[in-house]
Amino acid sequence: MDFELSEDQKMLVDTVQSFVRKESPLERMRKLRDDEVGWDRAVWKQMGELGWLGVMFPEDAGGSAMSFVEMGLIIEQLGTTLVPEPVTPLVVAGSALASAGSPAQREQFLAPAIAGATSLAMACEEIQSRFDVRCVHTKGEKSGGGYKLSGQKRWVQNGHAADTLLISARTSGKDGDNSGVSLFIVDKDAPGLTRTSVKQMDGKHGAMLKLDGVEVGADRVVGKLDGAAAILDAALDLGAAAACCEGSGMMQAVLMMTRNYLTERKQFGRAIGSFQALQHRCVDMFVETELAKSTAILAMIKAQETDVSERQRAVSVAKVQLAESGGFVTRQGIQLHGGIGVTDEHDVGLYFKRMQVLCALFGDDLFHSRRYAGLPSFRKHVS
Amino acid sequence: MDMNFSPEDEAFRKEVREFIASALPPHLKKKAEADAEFEHDEVMEWHRILAKKGWAAPHWPKQHGGPGWDAARRFIFSAELELSGAPRLSPFGLAMVGPLIIQFGNAEQQKRFLPDILAGTKVWCQGYSEPNSGSDLASLQLRAEDKGDHFLLNGQKTWTTYAQYADYIFCLARTNSEAKKKQEGISFILCDMKSPGVTAKPFLTTGGTPAFCETWFENVKVPKENLVGEMNQGWTYAKALLGHERTLVAGIGISTRALLRAKRIAAETLAGGRPLLEDPVIQNEIARIEIRLEALKMANYRALAGAQLGHAPGPESSILKLRGTEIQQACFDLLMKLMGENSLTWFNEPGVVPEREEWIPSAFNYMRAATIYAGSNEIQKNIISKMILGLPSA
Repeated sequence: MDFELSEDQKMLVDTVQSFVRKESPLERMRKLRDDEVGWDRAVWKQMGELGWLGVMFPEDAGGSAMSFVEMGLIIEQLGTTLVPEPVTPLVVAGSALASAGSPAQREQFLAPAIAGATSLAMACEEIQSRFDVRCVHTKGEKSGGGYKLSGQKRWVQNGHAADTLLISARTSGKDGDNSGVSLFIVDKDAPGLTRTSVKQMDGKHGAMLKLDGVEVGADRVVGKLDGAAAILDAALDLGAAAACCEGSGMMQAVLMMTRNYLTERKQFGRAIGSFQALQHRCVDMFVETELAKSTAILAMIKAQETDVSERQRAVSVAKVQLAESGGFVTRQGIQLHGGIGVTDEHDVGLYFKRMQVLCALFGDDLFHSRRYAGLPSFRKHVS
Repeated sequence: MDMNFSPEDEAFRKEVREFIASALPPHLKKKAEADAEFEHDEVMEWHRILAKKGWAAPHWPKQHGGPGWDAARRFIFSAELELSGAPRLSPFGLAMVGPLIIQFGNAEQQKRFLPDILAGTKVWCQGYSEPNSGSDLASLQLRAEDKGDHFLLNGQKTWTTYAQYADYIFCLARTNSEAKKKQEGISFILCDMKSPGVTAKPFLTTGGTPAFCETWFENVKVPKENLVGEMNQGWTYAKALLGHERTLVAGIGISTRALLRAKRIAAETLAGGRPLLEDPVIQNEIARIEIRLEALKMANYRALAGAQLGHAPGPESSILKLRGTEIQQACFDLLMKLMGENSLTWFNEPGVVPEREEWIPSAFNYMRAATIYAGSNEIQKNIISKMILGLPSA
């Protein structure tokens, strides 16, 4: 048992922390909210050059073949100032390419994303699917040597800006079947693909996709035809784990911000942090922040676990805890700031909104609580 | 990063589990099976069995009879004991006054008191709280007057758990009422419960069992050699003890066992023809608590890994008592809910409700004490507020 960071990990965290403080304070995210892309390609390139985007990816794609632990540590730091670059969409789509893509696909699509030259998006959520990757109505029909995709995808993270999208479709079987889900690589300007950029509460953009007979070659299938369900499950678990890491960083920031406000703000002639009612609330925020940090570590360690039910158990624990702790910390963060906390000019609301979005992505707490209770480990009881 | 115990530690876990299974006498096993409350002499019986094995005082230094385990093994041992339902040993000798005498007592006191504490041949109780000094413990008023070769004790202690069985009580007593700060006039004094003038009277708890007492001192003579450390330094010693074994206070094993019990009840109880455990609402209710426990367990592991490396307890360790006791209570709330109307039962003969459920209402009641004893959770929050968050004093 050891949760100490290695020297390399410490150095990585220090570097990201110093970037966050010097080059990406919260004002940068605030400014980019009004931008139609919402993030900065130059910064993305810089992240690629620093090697951050490739830490968890194989060396043949330009990565450094460490693990999701390193990726999670980076994302946690980026969360402290809500750095807006699309790292999590890269984790989700990139992991599918890394685990199931052909060498050629990795070289063509993953390598440039890791370098920060392009960005990726994963499109598997549909109006009826509710986090179930098997519940996919988008159709992939054989057409010539390849496939023709038709259907709709919703709330695709970074879908508005991505150069390459991974899109799931049913190629055989019926709705809900494990087999018959396939994953395709689609260019952003593929004929028949309409991307509508939509604004999100957290200041980011996402995309609604309409696929109207989008032609893709057979070389654009990721992994085995009909066999993408498990790949998507694994990718979304990495997305959930990434959300937990980002949320952990955010909670640490909200806790500090709130603690500082309580020591500075004076009412009734003294710092409001001297009132026990507020002290205890702030302590509860601290407790929740520590718990969420602990489960983010659990998610970091287990997100790439090969035993699927063990991976799902850990990720679901962390994602439910994110909802519990993140919900509490950001709500109380606003409450303890009083009126100013409800204004757009104060930062605490930005964290509140991003947390709400994180909770809704990659399986909300209802989904993960249900999934957790469905695992074999849940049925273990003293007989 | 690695969240696993080493293979050696896992082998140790197996050894502990097997030992408990073989060493717990049948009549205690039967009670453990029913999660029944153990009588005091049953607790001491188990204490003596563990002592014979050399496992009664896991955290004592080897030269005083401890087994020499590191923090991970102590955690595993404690969790396995909790999980087994075996009697929980009284902490007052082993976990409180023993370590305090080891750290601050003189050689004579160590020789005189430690072997009996370890062997379970003498029973101790704690004289800290008083009727008017609960959370504000430093305001305590039990007077110990210096009479040359002895102290004269006058006053009252309360919540003195096991005082009705105890051979000794360790007291925080006021030896200087003129000290500038109330914390500075307190001494740590050991007193024979058989001394003339000591009276203990048990309370009945809401759980229907006798646990703690009120204890009165009327002109009780205590020899000077029973003072631990220096005069008026008692508060410092008692505080030093608070930092001990912080990685064990979450009660992970207690909650884990309670949740296993809860699931068994849910699996065996039918409602509308199907087991409660198949009801999604109930699954969610159980899953939510289990997930909170998993989160706490991770925080506990972080604290444990830090302790293994000899680090001072980090911020994560301060949440363990707070959240651990809340989860223990939530587990018993859940058990009661799953029992439905059976939860009305109160010490009935076998057959009214399943035997394994009969004690749950009593335990559910006494579980309310968990967020109160050892510094109420509100006091814990005051400490975190001041020491970790650095918020201004009221």
